[in-house]
Amino acid sequence: MNRVIERTMIVPNMHLLTLEAPEIARKIQPGQFVIVRADDEGERIPLSVADWDIGKGTITIIFMEVGASTGVLAGLTAGDSVATCVGPLGNATTIGRFGTVMCVGGCYGIGSIYPVARELWYAGNEIIMVFEARSSYLIYWADRFVHRAAKIFTITRDGSLGMKGHITRLTDVIHALPKPPDRIIVNGCTYLMAHASEVTKNLGIPTVVNLNPIMIDGTGMCGVCRVTVGGTTKFACVDGPEFDGHEVDWKEFLARRKQYTNEETSYFRHSDPKPILHREGKCHS
Amino acid sequence: MSEEKQGKLDLNRHDMPKQSPEMRRHNFNEVALGYTQELAVAEAKRCLQCKKPKCRTGCPVEIDIPDFISYIVKGDFKSGIKKLKEKNCLPAVCGRVCPQESQCESQCILKNKGAEVAIGRLERFLADWEATQGEVDIPLKAARTGKKVAVVGSGPAGITVAGDLILLGHDVTIFEALHKAGGVLIYGIPEFRLPKAIVAREVEYVKKLGVNVITDYVVGKTRSIDELLKEFDAIFIGTGAGLPWFMNIPGENLNGVYSANEYLTRMNLMQGYRFPMSSTPIRKHAKVAVVGGGNVAMDSARTALRMGADEVRIIYRRSHSELPARAEESENAEEEGVIFNMLTLPVQYIGDENGWLREIECLKMELGEPDASGRPRPVEMPNSNFKMKMDAVVCAIGNSPNPLVPSTTPGLETTRHGTLVANPETGKTTRDRVWAGGDIVTGAATVILAMGAGRKAARSIHEFLTTGKQ
Ligand SMILES: Cc1cc2nc3c(=O)[nH]c(=O)nc-3n(C[C@H](O)[C@H](O)[C@H](O)COP(=O)(O)OP(=O)(O)OC[C@H]3O[C@@H](n4cnc5c(N)ncnc54)[C@H](O)[C@@H]3O)c2cc1C
Ligand SMILES: Cc1cc2nc3c(=O)[nH]c(=O)nc-3n(C[C@H](O)[C@H](O)[C@H](O)COP(=O)(O)OP(=O)(O)OC[C@H]3O[C@@H](n4cnc5c(N)ncnc54)[C@H](O)[C@@H]3O)c2cc1C
Ligand code: SF4
Ligand code: SF4
Ligand code: FES
Repeated sequence: MNRVIERTMIVPNMHLLTLEAPEIARKIQPGQFVIVRADDEGERIPLSVADWDIGKGTITIIFMEVGASTGVLAGLTAGDSVATCVGPLGNATTIGRFGTVMCVGGCYGIGSIYPVARELWYAGNEIIMVFEARSSYLIYWADRFVHRAAKIFTITRDGSLGMKGHITRLTDVIHALPKPPDRIIVNGCTYLMAHASEVTKNLGIPTVVNLNPIMIDGTGMCGVCRVTVGGTTKFACVDGPEFDGHEVDWKEFLARRKQYTNEETSYFRHSDPKPILHREGKCHS
Repeated sequence: MSEEKQGKLDLNRHDMPKQSPEMRRHNFNEVALGYTQELAVAEAKRCLQCKKPKCRTGCPVEIDIPDFISYIVKGDFKSGIKKLKEKNCLPAVCGRVCPQESQCESQCILKNKGAEVAIGRLERFLADWEATQGEVDIPLKAARTGKKVAVVGSGPAGITVAGDLILLGHDVTIFEALHKAGGVLIYGIPEFRLPKAIVAREVEYVKKLGVNVITDYVVGKTRSIDELLKEFDAIFIGTGAGLPWFMNIPGENLNGVYSANEYLTRMNLMQGYRFPMSSTPIRKHAKVAVVGGGNVAMDSARTALRMGADEVRIIYRRSHSELPARAEESENAEEEGVIFNMLTLPVQYIGDENGWLREIECLKMELGEPDASGRPRPVEMPNSNFKMKMDAVVCAIGNSPNPLVPSTTPGLETTRHGTLVANPETGKTTRDRVWAGGDIVTGAATVILAMGAGRKAARSIHEFLTTGKQ
């Protein structure tokens, strides 16, 4: 049982959840995740950790309400608790002195890439931040990046802020720089990571992604999280979640993520009707 | 054996009532219903009370079998269960899942008459009887020693170590990665073979003895063994063999191809069969193939039937007589309608344009010379390829130890199979103050062997904690 310290919707459909988890806070590194079970009947869902406070013994998650489990989490308030919060799981994002690192965040990935950008900045890298969203009002935490990022770009699909269009406009962002970044890190929904990797592969820029397959245990026991990287099968929970975006078999990955779409939607037919209010925030995955 | 005893030989082994195959393949309730009191006493009476009981030599924890059986004959079930528990702290589990036909019962003197005493069923009877008696007696605990022991993993090995050491007066904390304690007993073995309420009861029991059970705690991640050693005087590692093997054949990552661990975990730990009442989905498939021939394969196949599949096949590369599963379980599976494709090896999985499994391609095999395991080696028959339409494949070809703890613990030596190096008599590993036992040491084995290893390790840990010797 982990106590909820705070749960707020920070932009439509996107929630911030701070949980009491002192042992995890002490151990967590950028890029790692936890598995959360909202209640005793709950599904185990993996969520990246977007921030933590060792002193207070808390961790913060940014999650998007997409289905039943995140729906339950979205209904929590301070003082409630979740049945499970286990971690930190997965490997930390590789931190090194790369030179210029472009951090691309969309959807919940704006939150999860924040500690990565912070750590890379501490390590002496120049940070270029790219936000991707449907519309400007879905971008959050921009202030957190301001004093660490040398430059901030924004791509919105409706053009309400920055460049108008899809993540494929990343090419234009890169061309707008005096020289291409030495490394690109992408966090967020699967399409964002897949398309960004496609763009950067053509440009030949090393790109890492934090994969988000379906998981159960998160410790290498079930194999549901397997992904083909460079022709070999990896378990994302223990071998990743960070992988070389140019080596991931994205077609297989996208198919595997949809394994339970039918069942997940039938859940809504069976459970109490619960209106999902802010659907406009849903990304295209 | 005396003459007069031979005269009274009763060769009528009593069957245990079961749900009928037609009925049980549609529900998740326990298949075997257990002996009634009358049946138990009748079966117990068949035991010859051998002076040198051979059955005992077949039990890895050397239960005093004739002795506990004699209490059933007398109707003194309380003393019977007490006797049993001296050696086996999980009788309700072992009575159900031990491979008795190759252990205790295989050695029974009546075996050569084809009528071995049903030791496992009697064991189960006593344990189930005890459960109906309300509160279980809590044995007397030794005075507290102030020593602290951490047990990593809550499978049968870990539960045994914890139960033994708490009674000896030590403080014991179990750390379990999943949200429920019990190991394979809770996440792997299905409800219809081992009701989860029984496992929960055993876990409650060690808690009642005073063991602190911390779930949702991954040792090697949340804290390392070295960090635990700062707080605890000794550590027992019982993390099992939870890493699923795949065959590395084309198409293995198609949707619809599962590891048995995934399939069974969704069903058991996450209660997927109750979806959408529970919240973890499991897909209903019409045609399911299960690759492998052990208990894990039988459990997966029978689960698929109960999920409503029309056709479930076991695909095994050797023949019927080499099936590693308990005889009772493969018979149950067959009765329920599982089809056995023996001497068959999948070589490729073929999917549709959306990435879902549609067909599996197999090769026919024949048996050759015995291999290292002593079993005939399956040899591929050239050009014998054929295809079967299938919606799902469950891969149940084996598991090896999860490397998480060994890889985060410097100095903890492993074998080339990934198992931990440990003294077979004491469970002592290559690290100071660290013991191990169960599947993490032996590779995937049995509940009773894991328990036995736990017991030996507990003895050795106790010796260390009281004398400093390790
Ligand atoms: C390492 C990792 C880190 C992640 N970090 C975050 C994060 O920080 N914030 C965030 O909002 N989301 C994150 N996700 C995705 C998150 O786990 C899913 O959004 C969540 O499981 C959906 O659960 P649901 O029951 O609400 O939706 P469901 O009704 O279960 O499904 C909705 C959609 O989510 C997908 N999905 C279902 N179950 C899972 C699962 N176990 N894992 C991944 N996808 C699933 C399905 O394909 C479906 O399309 C992460 C995933 C991984 C693997
Ligand atoms: C489907 C199936 C059917 C079986 N049927 C039979 C049968 O009929 N008869 C029989 O005798 N045997 C059977 N077995 C085998 C038997 O279950 C195992 O041999 C036995 O459970 C091993 O016990 P253990 O204590 O070593 O490990 P496990 O039972 O595997 O328990 C290990 C525990 O450690 C936890 N763990 C792992 N890593 C960590 C970590 N880093 N931190 C914290 N916790 C961790 C795991 O989550 C797990 O709960 C079967 C196995 C399976 C999978
Ligand atoms: S523990 Fe297993 S092997 Fe030993 S007597 Fe009981 S059923 Fe037989
Ligand atoms: S060998 Fe058979 S008959 Fe003899 S004591 Fe054991 S169970 Fe009884
Ligand atoms: S989530 Fe089960 S192995 Fe990765």
